[in-house]
Amino acid sequence: MSRPGKIARLLIQSLFKKPATVNYPADCSGMPEGFRGKLKFNPSLCIGCKMCMRDCPSGAIEIRKIGEKQFEAEINLARCIYCGQCVDSCLKKALEITAEFELARLDPAQLKVILNAGNKDNPKG
Amino acid sequence: MLKALFNILIFPGLFFLFVFGLFAEYVDRKFYARFQNRIGPPWFQPLADFIKLISKEEIIPEEADVTVFKLMPVIALTASCVSILYIPILGERAIFSFNGDVIVVLYLLTIPTFTYFLGGWYSRSVYSMIGAVRSLTQLFAYEVPLFLSILASALLADTWSLSGMATFYSHHLGYWFCNIIGFGVSLICLLGKLEKVPFDIPEAETEIVAGSFTEYNGRLLAFIRTSFNIEMVVGATLLAAVFLPFGLNLPLAAIFPLYLIQVIFIIILVAFLRSLFARLRLDQMINFCWKYLAPLAFLQVLLNLILKAVLPR
Amino acid sequence: MHESGDVRIPIGPQHPALKEPESFLISLRGEKITASSVRLGYNHRGIEKACEERTYTQCLYLIERICGICSHSHSTCFAQAVEEVAGIEVPARAKYMRTLIAELERIHSHLLWLGVAGHEIGFDTLLMYTWRDREVVMDLLAKLTGNRVNYGINTIGGVRRDINSKQKEEVLKAIDILEDRTKYYIDLAKGETTLIKRLQGVGVLSHEDAKKLDAVGPTARASGIERDVRKDDPYAAYAELDFKVISVNSCDVYGRTLVRLGELMESFSLVRQIIRKIPDGPILAKSSRKIPAGEAVSRYEAPRGEDLHYVRSNGTEKPDRVKVRAPTLANIQSVSKMLEDRYLADMPIVIAAIDPCFSCTDRLIAIHDAKDRGKNTVVWETIRLKGIEWYKDRGIDFTSLNKKLTKLF
Repeated sequence: MSRPGKIARLLIQSLFKKPATVNYPADCSGMPEGFRGKLKFNPSLCIGCKMCMRDCPSGAIEIRKIGEKQFEAEINLARCIYCGQCVDSCLKKALEITAEFELARLDPAQLKVILNAGNKDNPKG
Repeated sequence: MLKALFNILIFPGLFFLFVFGLFAEYVDRKFYARFQNRIGPPWFQPLADFIKLISKEEIIPEEADVTVFKLMPVIALTASCVSILYIPILGERAIFSFNGDVIVVLYLLTIPTFTYFLGGWYSRSVYSMIGAVRSLTQLFAYEVPLFLSILASALLADTWSLSGMATFYSHHLGYWFCNIIGFGVSLICLLGKLEKVPFDIPEAETEIVAGSFTEYNGRLLAFIRTSFNIEMVVGATLLAAVFLPFGLNLPLAAIFPLYLIQVIFIIILVAFLRSLFARLRLDQMINFCWKYLAPLAFLQVLLNLILKAVLPR
Repeated sequence: MHESGDVRIPIGPQHPALKEPESFLISLRGEKITASSVRLGYNHRGIEKACEERTYTQCLYLIERICGICSHSHSTCFAQAVEEVAGIEVPARAKYMRTLIAELERIHSHLLWLGVAGHEIGFDTLLMYTWRDREVVMDLLAKLTGNRVNYGINTIGGVRRDINSKQKEEVLKAIDILEDRTKYYIDLAKGETTLIKRLQGVGVLSHEDAKKLDAVGPTARASGIERDVRKDDPYAAYAELDFKVISVNSCDVYGRTLVRLGELMESFSLVRQIIRKIPDGPILAKSSRKIPAGEAVSRYEAPRGEDLHYVRSNGTEKPDRVKVRAPTLANIQSVSKMLEDRYLADMPIVIAAIDPCFSCTDRLIAIHDAKDRGKNTVVWETIRLKGIEWYKDRGIDFTSLNKKLTKLF
């Protein structure tokens, strides 16, 4: 038995319920844990084997030697596809993935980020 | 002279209609969103849209007829603005009234549809030509029930003047119930006139991009959207004056809020009906209007003729 | 075909009815469609060629990004083909994980389709409500796999992430909510007059035509053809699970809607079975970087139909040839048949009813003229040199760019 306007009851009910959309960015609850966002790098564990560079699908990460047994990682935020393959490929577990995803920048030079352990990121100057 | 200028430009002329049109668009969009469990736009959204459109560059297609293209939005705006002068807003008398102004108002409200047709036809783009033809085809389907139900109400009041009808119904309040069928029919036909779902066939976004308005942009599109808003306000005012004329014996300070509440009520009903249905196909819409709406309108006319003979005046 | 008196209206490549670019040319007489023709290829990105330059692990991520909604389908199909060539046995828990994500993706895709179908017929309210419910599935997938689309959970030999008991609870709770909402949509589809009027009798594809034009997926199942790769050729964990193949006989868009709604209910029951039956064990089998020489074909039931992958390897760590045949390529030939003698207003919903995903479709297609028996094969290097010459004739020189490209690879 069909009648027009069958959805009417749901519409009236929705008028008194809390809306399903959120007012972003005033209300930013973030992503669930385990979400793949920006990478984190621990230079003390890196041995410079460059397996991550071999397996990266888009060539976003670059490991460079800056001293005796000291390496730094530079990732290109625009090229990274946030797949986490480098995290799986790293033999020493020096890379970790965080849930930070608000990575848009107005200046393209700020998209190449040099990662250190902790939170200090230096954009390539 | 000064009073006439005030009426034309400020109240209830251009300025009042423009501001009220923006507010009506806000109410319509907000309720449409709330029915769909969304937050909806903020209060200044229609004004922001208008300012943005005015500041954009106007691009007119090479093959379009420039004069007709530019003139049509202006004519649509003018027609809808003029018709409010004959509809009673504050009290029982409109700014101008004479016997027969119901026909004039209905005629003036038909003009915007013709301008949409001409503007779309002379844009010479495939999509706008199809949209233009559709808007005229749709006109033949909803105009007859709309005219009949409003004229049925005029029949019971025994006058062809809107102010006369308002006077009659405010003195005999119970007679409002006789016109309920007419109210329902004209509400659905108002959806057709304003080209809203389920009758937004001339402007079907997923089939013909934007119908007659595909090639319009910049200032002209701002005028067209304003004329749509003003048409919504004027249509709602007409329905309120014909079918919901309550409390017109009250002092002036109370009538204006009452008028606003009546118009907003009709706009909320329009938003509700808009979110309820899918869009009909053109042949299905014509079938529906001639199979159900027109007979109901005829029934209302018949009912009012009988009641006119039976009821005390 | 297209006659000279009719109005020719281009649908696409850019059009509000299409979510992705594709070109349909429609001839109109008044509101009636008299002829239509399709042109493909606007989304061709050279993915099959790009796969030959990447290792198998890198290829997985590239293949996943052929499409946003059927990403897990392509990734699993490719991984299955490579595992067949290399002779790797995927552990049972990994198979169940893959099936779980596959069914969640099917739920996501069908809810998205319901919304798109509502939008095409002007029923925006249905769009908003179904996409609100789709958020439940997407949040769930973000918790399980780490991303809302393009899940990246497959790897050669198994899966990359495991599921714990708390996540299992969340999955069951989400499925309960979604089952309630889907029952409401089934009620609505059977009871709302304007919806039925727009969908019934539209886009008719008879049983014989569906067989002749090789329709797959819900498009075929709505014409009475009971074809489903999960039943005919079980892969992953489907051999051990119990479900029905939904098919109706109405042959129109309304039938396709009912088939998809029925498949949603079956997916809910499948997810519950998986959560209950998933065995313990490892989630990854060891595999070497170099895959031995061989070739394999693998089939998968994507939400849109049968997805086919062909992989040929030559003993190195990069594949020799990858070929992808997406389900929409099989279905798009029926669109012209379905649009015959219909109104213009039916065009968006008929195209949307095959659930087109043109990003999946546009791969390399070879069209053989039936009269022309000979085949003209051109080597890749020849085409490249020809292109360089063509641009040099017009004053554009690519030598410095070529040096940069060779350094990259």
